[in-house]
Amino acid sequence: MSILINRDTRVMTQGITGKTGQFHTRMCRDYAYGKDCFVAGVNPKKAGEDFEGIPVFATVREAKQATGATVSVIYVPPPFAAAAIDEAVDAELDLVICITEGIPVRDMLRICYKMQGRKTRLIGPNCPGIITPDEIKIGIMPGYIHKKGRIGVVSRSGTLTYEAVAQLMEQGLGQSTCIGIGGDPVNGLKHLDVMKLFNDDDETDAVLMVGEIGGSDEEDCARWVRDNMQKPLVGFIAGLTAPPGRRMGHAGAVISGGKGTAQEKLAVLEECGIKVTRNPAEMGKVLKSVL
Amino acid sequence: MKIHEYQAKDILRRFAINTPRGSACFSIDEAVKAAEQLGGSAWVVKAQIHAGGRGKGGGVKLAKSLDEVKQFAAKILGMTLVTHQTGPQGQVVRRLLVEEGVDIRKELYIGLVVDRSSRRVCLVASSEGGMDIEEVAAGTPEKIHKVFIDPLAGLTAQDAEDVARKIGIEESAAAAARTLLQGLYRAYDSTDASLLEINPLILTAEGHLVALDAKMNFDDNALFRHPDIAELRDLDEEDPAEIEASRHDLSYISLDGNIGCLVNGAGLAMATMDIIKLYGGSPANFLDVGGGATAEKVAEAFKLMLRNPNLQAILINIFGGIMKCDVIAEGVVAAAREVKLKVPLVVRLEGTNVDLGKKILAESRLLIISAGNMADAAEKAVTAAASAAESAMGGA
Repeated sequence: MSILINRDTRVMTQGITGKTGQFHTRMCRDYAYGKDCFVAGVNPKKAGEDFEGIPVFATVREAKQATGATVSVIYVPPPFAAAAIDEAVDAELDLVICITEGIPVRDMLRICYKMQGRKTRLIGPNCPGIITPDEIKIGIMPGYIHKKGRIGVVSRSGTLTYEAVAQLMEQGLGQSTCIGIGGDPVNGLKHLDVMKLFNDDDETDAVLMVGEIGGSDEEDCARWVRDNMQKPLVGFIAGLTAPPGRRMGHAGAVISGGKGTAQEKLAVLEECGIKVTRNPAEMGKVLKSVL
Repeated sequence: MKIHEYQAKDILRRFAINTPRGSACFSIDEAVKAAEQLGGSAWVVKAQIHAGGRGKGGGVKLAKSLDEVKQFAAKILGMTLVTHQTGPQGQVVRRLLVEEGVDIRKELYIGLVVDRSSRRVCLVASSEGGMDIEEVAAGTPEKIHKVFIDPLAGLTAQDAEDVARKIGIEESAAAAARTLLQGLYRAYDSTDASLLEINPLILTAEGHLVALDAKMNFDDNALFRHPDIAELRDLDEEDPAEIEASRHDLSYISLDGNIGCLVNGAGLAMATMDIIKLYGGSPANFLDVGGGATAEKVAEAFKLMLRNPNLQAILINIFGGIMKCDVIAEGVVAAAREVKLKVPLVVRLEGTNVDLGKKILAESRLLIISAGNMADAAEKAVTAAASAAESAMGGA
């Protein structure tokens, strides 16, 4: 099964004609079943043209109608990214993956408000995307490091997720689906939302959750896990050595008012019966130990 | 981005928020002149730095005469103010705010922040103004009142009046409180602020509500649409290394350890700092070169780390994805040659083009300690830093 996406998913790229959009659409198309999956692009000024055979449409709605695509990936620059998400929500897509880093928080607050009660799910922004190994990758992660398997991975980071995947591979563990939910303070799917999906997925046996300082998403997820999760879970939280009040690269990775420290998060995870590791080099090993 | 108190008050006045009359001063003469022009018999001389806790550190003084204004201005200007937010090294005061004295009857607290869980802006209000709000929240949580604001409707009159009542503003000032709170929310929302704090908001002897202090931070990602606010940036308040980093689009934060870290990706960079600590060392910095760094950018990052006099070893931890290991390796080799590297360098490469990257490092004939994984890298960096520190002490 995997979660959210598989080889039958049909995807459009918003911002397909920009440099980033072109590069990553090409990489995604060349991965596994990508050739079947990436069916449309959107750019109002270049409608009617194509990108290496992928037709470009003026609007998300038109792209959806013409190709049946129900998922979009966004590489639009930050000042226009919120409008791009808006358009995808209005076109009632199932899933929007926003890679763009640097969207103002106020724009995201308005987007999240608008999305209440709508069918569209949002991954990101400021995220690497989502991959169901050996089937489809939507985003900027290096596809070749992954392999199909039965471990779910959810993370707020990019390269730290690749590190986690590589450690799983060293243990001979493939992945069902890997999701980067992004490093912004206000985003779409949270650890908890993804955890529910993994819990319900027949092809996921265990989950690796990679969190970081800032906010309380990991704690919220842990409390749900304590009462509901049927599968083993291992947690790691980055930022034990991060100073308070400083944004550690990600807009959302900040300890503010003494809240959102790695120590506090790890304590809550452990209280909720979740196996944690404080050593980022042992995420794979510890995950293997709980199977 | 942070701004000074006087700048925040300038912004708030545009939203019809009452503040004490006053002006920013850069010299003792200006401070005295400002007090003369304000008139009256009492003035407040306030150090303008970006950190809080200025009063406790001796950066805020009440003057009862022009002589005292002069005296306090002389004392505060140029002083190194140490507060719980500046760190032990403190911050040099280069600007003052001289304001009229105000009769305080009651001190209240108002804050606006983004609440991440509810994805709303949250108005935080308390009757306990003039204190550290985190202590109030910890000690007497019942005195903290919150309103989660609907982004389309804004702060409603009903919510504003309710919260004003809860923090003890009497009926006679209810209308003024509503206008003030709605004005604060508009100021917060329309400037893309990330934090707005009035601590204290005071009720004067005459029954007026006045923002006695003001703190505003802004969302860096939204500054492109607020050029007027971006101009308020005060580089004197920032770490020179961090300013240099921002010029090269690098994310850098100085720390107090001795092992420099150069990493791609924020999460991996934090994890690298953590593992250094786990193996008994101490990171000198956080440095994320980003996802699409070029060899030049890596070289700049490298030089930036080397500005730190405490540096005793460097750990480079790269997981190549879109960024290729050979590009990183080229940048490292070029930079190490240029600066004639004297501290031990531990490199751990993984991911795209890793073999090519390792080959470039090996052929460079630079003294590079290569590591197989994160744990190995951390262990080697900690050992290298310790022996470098030892031999430095032996030499001295």
